[in-house]
Order: sequence, then C-alpha cells, then structure tokens
Amino acid sequence: MNFSDKITSLHLDVLKEIGNIGAAHAATALSDLLQKKIDMRVPKVEMVSFNDMMELAGGSENVVVGIFLRIEGDAEGSMFFILPIEQANRFIRRLIHDDLFDFNAPSVSELGLSAMQEMGNILSGSYLSALSDFTGLKIYPTVPGLSVDMFGAIISIGLIELSQVSDTVIVINTAIFEEDIKDEEAVRGNFFLLPNPESFEAIFKALGVPIE
Amino acid sequence: MIVSHGNEVVKVGIAQMDVVKTPKTIRTSGLGSCVGVIIYDESKKIAGLVHVMLPDSSLGRTESINEAKFADTGVVALVNLVKLQGAQSFKLKAKIAGGAQMFQFTSDKSSMRIGPRNVEAVKEQLRKLKIPIIAEDTGGNSGRTIEFNPETSMLNIRTVNRGVSDI
Repeated sequence: MNFSDKITSLHLDVLKEIGNIGAAHAATALSDLLQKKIDMRVPKVEMVSFNDMMELAGGSENVVVGIFLRIEGDAEGSMFFILPIEQANRFIRRLIHDDLFDFNAPSVSELGLSAMQEMGNILSGSYLSALSDFTGLKIYPTVPGLSVDMFGAIISIGLIELSQVSDTVIVINTAIFEEDIKDEEAVRGNFFLLPNPESFEAIFKALGVPIE
Repeated sequence: MIVSHGNEVVKVGIAQMDVVKTPKTIRTSGLGSCVGVIIYDESKKIAGLVHVMLPDSSLGRTESINEAKFADTGVVALVNLVKLQGAQSFKLKAKIAGGAQMFQFTSDKSSMRIGPRNVEAVKEQLRKLKIPIIAEDTGGNSGRTIEFNPETSMLNIRTVNRGVSDI
C-alpha cells in the first residue's frame, strides 16, 4: 500500500497544526521586528505534483525573494520562506530605514541583503523551534540561504531529495500578510515546509497519531 | 499534439518532456539545478525538450520510474521520441542549459551539488549516444527560462540577473 493512502484526515489536521504553530511564532517574530501587525492565513496542507507546486507562488517564472534551509535531525526536510519582491522591499526598507532599497535594482545593497538573510534566520528559527517544542523532536536547521530568482528555480532544490522517492510532495503552506495591506496573492509571504517522506512517520509518532 | 500550424509555444514542466515541429516552439521555465536538454534535427525542424531533475535513475526508489525525471533515462527517451516524429539519428544535435547552484552552502550533502552533477550526467549520456552538444549555458547561480525554435535552431535563455541571450 502506498504511503499516501495511509494518511488520514487526522494526519492532515496534525500537519495543519504544525503549520499553524510554526507560522504563528514566525508572524509574531516578524511583527516584533517590523513593529507592525502581521496576520496569517489558515494553513493549508496539500499533496501536489511537482508542477502544481510551481503554481503555489505565482508560477515557476515568477521572480521572488526566497530563503531556503534544510532541516536535519529527528525529522528532515526543506523549508522555504518566499516573499513577493514588493513585499520583501517594504519589509527591508522598514528594517534598514532606506526607502530606496530595491531587490530589483541592478546591484542590490549588501546591507539590505544581509538584513533579508537575518530576517530569514529569525523567522525560520521561530517557526522551527515552535515545531520542535510542539513535537518534542530534535531538529537542526542549516544556515539559511538567500536567492532572488524565479520561484521554480528556487523551490526545485527542495524537490530534489523528495523526487528520488516520489512524484508528489506534501507541502505545509502558511501565508502571512500585513494587516494594513489588502490580502491578495501578490503581497502574501509563504512558508513552505516540505518534510522528507521518511520523516512523516517520526512526526506522526511524536504527536501520538502513528501511521497504521 | 504535433500539428504544424499556429505559432504556439509548447510548455514542458519539471520532470516532463515533449516534441515540436516548426513553426511551434518549445519552452520550459524556472530551471534551477535542473537541466533542460534540447535534441533537434535541423533539416527536419523537429525539436524535443526534457527537463531533468536528477542525474541517475538508480537514485530513484519508486516502483515505476518517470523517465523524464532522470538525466540518463530522460535523454534516451527524448531521442526515441524525436526519432518517432521523423528525426534522423545521425543528424541529431543537442543544446543544454541549467544546472545552476541556487544556494551556496558549505554543507557537503550531495544534493547540494545536484546542478553540476545533472550537467555531467546529461553530457555523459549524449556522449554515449554520439550526439554533439552545439551550445550550452550551464552552471552559475541563476535560474533560467529557455525556449527553442526549431525553425532557427536557436535557444533563447532568459535569466533574472543576467539578462537574455541566444545560443
């Protein structure tokens, strides 16, 4: 029997709760950092094909700011924090007090890039430590990498390991947005957590809903 | 799908492949560490494209394999597909692009170096099949969107940070 057939709606709810807790902590950290209210959407847990994955952030060619890190330890996988350029610009302008900062500029300021890197560090750290507290699993994030490029080129690195065992991916997706800006796809930041298939068992076991 | 009218662009997704005849063009977008391989017959104006993710099908641990996902099986399957559309084996040529390293890590985990490994595996397979590589744009750390026009045999490459080029 296929692994995906054994996952019940209870399991999906558990994964949603992970997205909920992780992103709530990250949103609070971001809110503290920017001194503005950040809201989050109800997490989504989806099993999608690689090509459908590309549509989760505006298509594979859509240019985004991407933070990527790998998770190691009791549970393994990849985590992405993907921001539309405009939203990333607003965050970094606010953070470094430079209204001219622009990720689209021919040469992007080092200060802005390192601020973005640090923001990625803080947010993914909050997300993952909440996840670790909630599950009791020991997980170690790698230092996050930053790339401003096409979404497909960025996200595919998280699919490499998965693609050895599967043609689909289970993605825990939580979107955050600024309260004072109308929530629509163009201004939504997304956390994508892509656990490795072998890690689901550990996660479900830790939360008391082992796979039958 | 091979109907020769209308200037359509046929889009190929990740771990997929397809073939076109002129005046259609064929394209794949958002190549990172993946490699886009074009195999074409200039005289027949037929071109196929495969978007491979992994170097070697022995890495696959699924029961049934998707040939287009791996460099070794993907190149072979694509050659068969273009031949099926009337391309002649001895006329086949290749152009390749992709295989970037999107994030710089010190981690020695092999999946981090997947881009260069994909490029190497594609070249190895083309060498085995004696298909010459006419042009390539590989490596670096930029994502690429590529589009091949069988009419001109040119491969158009768009990047976010390094502009547009034709090879």
